[in-house]
Amino acid sequence: MKPVTQPLLEIKNLYQHFDLSGDFLDRLHFKNGRPALKEEKVHAINGVSFNVEKGESLCVVGESGCGKSTVARTVMGLLKPTQGEVRFAGERIDDLSVKDMRPYRKRMQMIFQNPYASLNPRMRIRETLEEPVRFHNPEWNEQQISDKVDEVMASVGIDPTWGVRYPHEFSGGQRQRISIARALAVDPEFIVADEPISALDVSIQAQVLNLMTEAQKARNLTYLFITHDLSVVEHFASRVVVMYLGTVCELATSKTLFQTPKHPYTRALLSAIPKLETKKPEFIRLTGEVPTPVNLPSGCVFHGRCPYANARCMEEIPKLTLQNDGSQVACHGIEEGRIPD
Amino acid sequence: MALLSIQNLEVSFGLRDGPVKALQNINLELNRGDRVGIVGESGAGKSVLGFSILNLIAKPGFISNGKVLFEGEDLVHASQKRLRQIRGDRISMIFQDPMMTLNPVLTIGDQMVECLHAHKKISKKDAREVALQKLQLVQIPSPEKRLDQYPHELSGGMRQRIVIAIALIMDPDLIVADEPTTALDVTIQAEIMELLLNLCEQHNVALILVTHDLGVVAQVTERTVVMYAGRVIEQGPTDEIIKAPQHPYTQGLMNALPQNCLPGQLLNQIPGSMPNLQNIPQGCAFNPRCEFVKESCLKERPDLQSTATHDVACFKVHPERSELLSTGNGSDVKERA
Ligand SMILES: Nc1ncnc2c1ncn2[C@@H]1O[C@H](COP(=O)(O)OP(=O)(O)OP(=O)(O)O)[C@@H](O)[C@H]1O
Ligand SMILES: Nc1ncnc2c1ncn2[C@@H]1O[C@H](COP(=O)(O)OP(=O)(O)OP(=O)(O)O)[C@@H](O)[C@H]1O
Ligand code: SF4
Ligand SMILES: [Mg+2]
Ligand SMILES: [Mg+2]
Repeated sequence: MKPVTQPLLEIKNLYQHFDLSGDFLDRLHFKNGRPALKEEKVHAINGVSFNVEKGESLCVVGESGCGKSTVARTVMGLLKPTQGEVRFAGERIDDLSVKDMRPYRKRMQMIFQNPYASLNPRMRIRETLEEPVRFHNPEWNEQQISDKVDEVMASVGIDPTWGVRYPHEFSGGQRQRISIARALAVDPEFIVADEPISALDVSIQAQVLNLMTEAQKARNLTYLFITHDLSVVEHFASRVVVMYLGTVCELATSKTLFQTPKHPYTRALLSAIPKLETKKPEFIRLTGEVPTPVNLPSGCVFHGRCPYANARCMEEIPKLTLQNDGSQVACHGIEEGRIPD
Repeated sequence: MALLSIQNLEVSFGLRDGPVKALQNINLELNRGDRVGIVGESGAGKSVLGFSILNLIAKPGFISNGKVLFEGEDLVHASQKRLRQIRGDRISMIFQDPMMTLNPVLTIGDQMVECLHAHKKISKKDAREVALQKLQLVQIPSPEKRLDQYPHELSGGMRQRIVIAIALIMDPDLIVADEPTTALDVTIQAEIMELLLNLCEQHNVALILVTHDLGVVAQVTERTVVMYAGRVIEQGPTDEIIKAPQHPYTQGLMNALPQNCLPGQLLNQIPGSMPNLQNIPQGCAFNPRCEFVKESCLKERPDLQSTATHDVACFKVHPERSELLSTGNGSDVKERA
């Protein structure tokens, strides 16, 4: 079923490979007595496709190194994809020049895990906030810029008179609010947030998540939210993309995913969340070693750790397939109906 | 005699503007096999507490008061030599970053053998045998192979397993683990925590687990200590703390967990943030963030007092204490933003 409205963001068959082999001399080696060029690549993303609908909060989850940040950076145009497309509001943006990308930079903003990455330590925070407003609204006068900065500061709960302070004079949670204010200052439609609360304490995480929820309601924002904290996902996401080793293994609404996870990896992941109620940990144990994206396994990237892997899993890459409940799962075992519920 | 008894411990940092107290009035007792979780926000003093047990506080920090008794022996005044003996042999430490324990230029086998040599007379061959045994104990795949590998050849989860194997090498009585799984993925975290729990249970090893993850605490520990701004504000049986926290801060923390909020609704946030040590408010350190604040909370600091199940430092839980202290009738102070 095709949604009536156009997705805000479309990612189509995206690949992102990083070349590790270095320059010509580093790559030169001898094979059977003949010179040859060695190739070593990180297969960070391998054929990822999904859409983000207008107004939703799509969460991307998965373990360290599975390619979450790489997806985020490619979407934001900070990396050119090795292959595939990124479309924003129907327009292809992955192949744009810096100049042609500029209008999209205003519509799409990014928030990072470490607020230091986006806040210049030597700039007063008012200057940090004014900069993007001035850049994206060249026709505005100083009063308009200043009013806008007051407005976003107030909306993230930072007293506008604190604008004269430097980042180090704020707590971690306040700094993250300021980087959210910076993203909001240019009135974007779409925000990519890469682990925005992972460095914060529980009580502060709640403040920042609430701020993001409120901003979404007030400004009709769409989020691509990256995290590895599954309890946050369950709370915050409308839909969830589960990634493993650069591929999507499951895509479902948050409710469906947490009630009936299907992919063997999703099941293991959800079972490993430490629960407050239970005493002894009870979880699905994965065997085998975590593979690296340099030597990508053949077939299903999860087969080395999967309790249900068979010969087909080792050879053929499973495709994302639509399930009865609307979720999409890439798993031969599920498709063949040989994995119990 | 208790295995470990921390009495009235105080740790200070000599900073440019004068000394600040990072820990005050800490009391904690562990018997053999006890598993205690230390939780609290960043900067609450959890790591400083863990380090102070073996007097490992780095300058400008120092233990400015109190005792750490290990089987009755005072570790605060023990010599460096004696502390080194105890460390590794009787008390082991596990850190968040395995590379704080592992030497990058030695193979796993060599560092384990070296560890054994430091503590007892043992032939190289026997030492290697013990090392292999410990690697099997922590369920590392192909342990023989690991003995000859270097740390950089192993994944983060595997390195942390090796660190646990090293921590176990002298059969310690107490393990102090400071955020041992914070840097790891949840599937690996679950495995490591289960391993640590089983090993402590099977060998009757006591565990002090420093973490900010209440879920981890719930699964591994029997007792929980909640810290705020350098003090213990609540302690008691872990299931009591999780089910029925009494201090407003602990209650706030539990309520703020996404698991304890309805999806799609706003989370229950605690306003404000923990003060830094230079400007801890007068009275109860939590008072600027507390919704139950009364006059006495602004004037006097509540001490830890026992309730039926836990110890709590809060005038709301012990109103009789606040009445004793306040001259007026303890009327509500206007709530501040
Ligand atoms: N510029 C780069 N050059 C080489 N390899 C890279 C580069 N950026 C990322 N990688 C590799 O690509 C893979 C995916 O990395 P990515 O940062 O996207 O993971 P992630 O899911 O965000 O992980 P984390 O949860 O740790 O942030 C990793 O193996 C990483 O080492
Ligand atoms: N070397 C030092 N010099 C000055 N202050 C220090 C030093 N080490 C720690 N502190 C202070 O002691 C306090 C407690 O720090 P500690 O590392 O124990 O916190 P923590 O509870 O372990 O936090 P986290 O969860 O971030 O690890 C902090 O306020 C910190 O600033
Ligand atoms: S495709 Fe095969 S190996 Fe991959 S998850 Fe499904 S059953 Fe396991
Ligand atoms: Mg990342
Ligand atoms: Mg710490």
